[in-house]
Amino acid sequence: MAQAQVLVVTSGKGGVGKTTSSASIGAALAQSGQTVVMVDFDVGLRNLDLIMGAERRVVFDLISVIQGQAKLGQALIRDKRIETLSLLPASQTRDKDALTDEGVANVIAELRERFDWVICDSPAGIERGATLAMRHADAAIIVTNPEVSSVRDSDRIIGLLDAKTEKAEKGERIQKHLLITRYDAARAEKGDMLSIDDVLDILSIPLLGVVPESQEVLRASNIGSPVTLSNAESAAARAYSDAVRRLKGESVPMTIPSDRKRLFGKLFGRRAA
Amino acid sequence: MSLFGWINRRGSAPLARERLKVLLAYERTLGANSDLVGILREEILALIRRHVMVEPDKVQVKMGRGGATSTLAIDIELPN
Repeated sequence: MAQAQVLVVTSGKGGVGKTTSSASIGAALAQSGQTVVMVDFDVGLRNLDLIMGAERRVVFDLISVIQGQAKLGQALIRDKRIETLSLLPASQTRDKDALTDEGVANVIAELRERFDWVICDSPAGIERGATLAMRHADAAIIVTNPEVSSVRDSDRIIGLLDAKTEKAEKGERIQKHLLITRYDAARAEKGDMLSIDDVLDILSIPLLGVVPESQEVLRASNIGSPVTLSNAESAAARAYSDAVRRLKGESVPMTIPSDRKRLFGKLFGRRAA
Repeated sequence: MSLFGWINRRGSAPLARERLKVLLAYERTLGANSDLVGILREEILALIRRHVMVEPDKVQVKMGRGGATSTLAIDIELPN
């Protein structure tokens, strides 16, 4: 088996779409036949279970595994729609201090043995939960809205990825991918929203994809399904599927999918260095 | 909005971009390499002061981050 990839989905700022993106990317990877586990690191404010429609199936969680109250296999929730997709939920009731360095390292090491992809859904902020979520990652997806506070916080997170991860400490470079979400092409065109080029120019990391603002994303979370499953034809779902193909090393032209019928996503010429 | 106002409207994104660039150029110096930038600034200031008297705020050291390399920008304003 090829070596497992540990991927952290992070942003600094809250509410930009980390959990939605983790779920969609995890689902799209699993739909392509890879084995995937999504780990929720947001102790006390877990939501990945809810977004995935698995909120009533949580028995054990990341912290019960770390503290030895459950085996990893008991805590993993297998998705009912995609066989190769699993979820390791965060604890809703424990304190986030229960996440120990050693405990997280052991869980990630064990997940590497079992899955092709380990997706760590980071909490917002730059505190312990966020630094532990990125700690063992091989690559990071930085989720950014084209908006000043989100871009600023992403810049800060990029700095942390280059300093506080295991890879960075070994002198290696952690691979970084920019995922721009909630993009509104019409507003960017009018000059009232930072453009893709603006964000790329400021953050200087390669672009993985652009997810347009879409009603389908809210609808998907309402029904507890990743958008790539609930409406695979929607612009957001196509954007996530393209992003996942790029993640797997395929060369996919950078387009911004649109929900408007008969209008192909606008071809976007530039890729960041 | 009048037609005139509409034509003159450049949109708010350029201002957002400029504000971010200025802010992040500063904030990046506070990050992982904060000690380096601080030490360089002190030493450069001391070196210049051996020859020309400059105010501390006239020496600016900024760390920029690019894709593969980082840049160090040193801006010294000398009195006439």
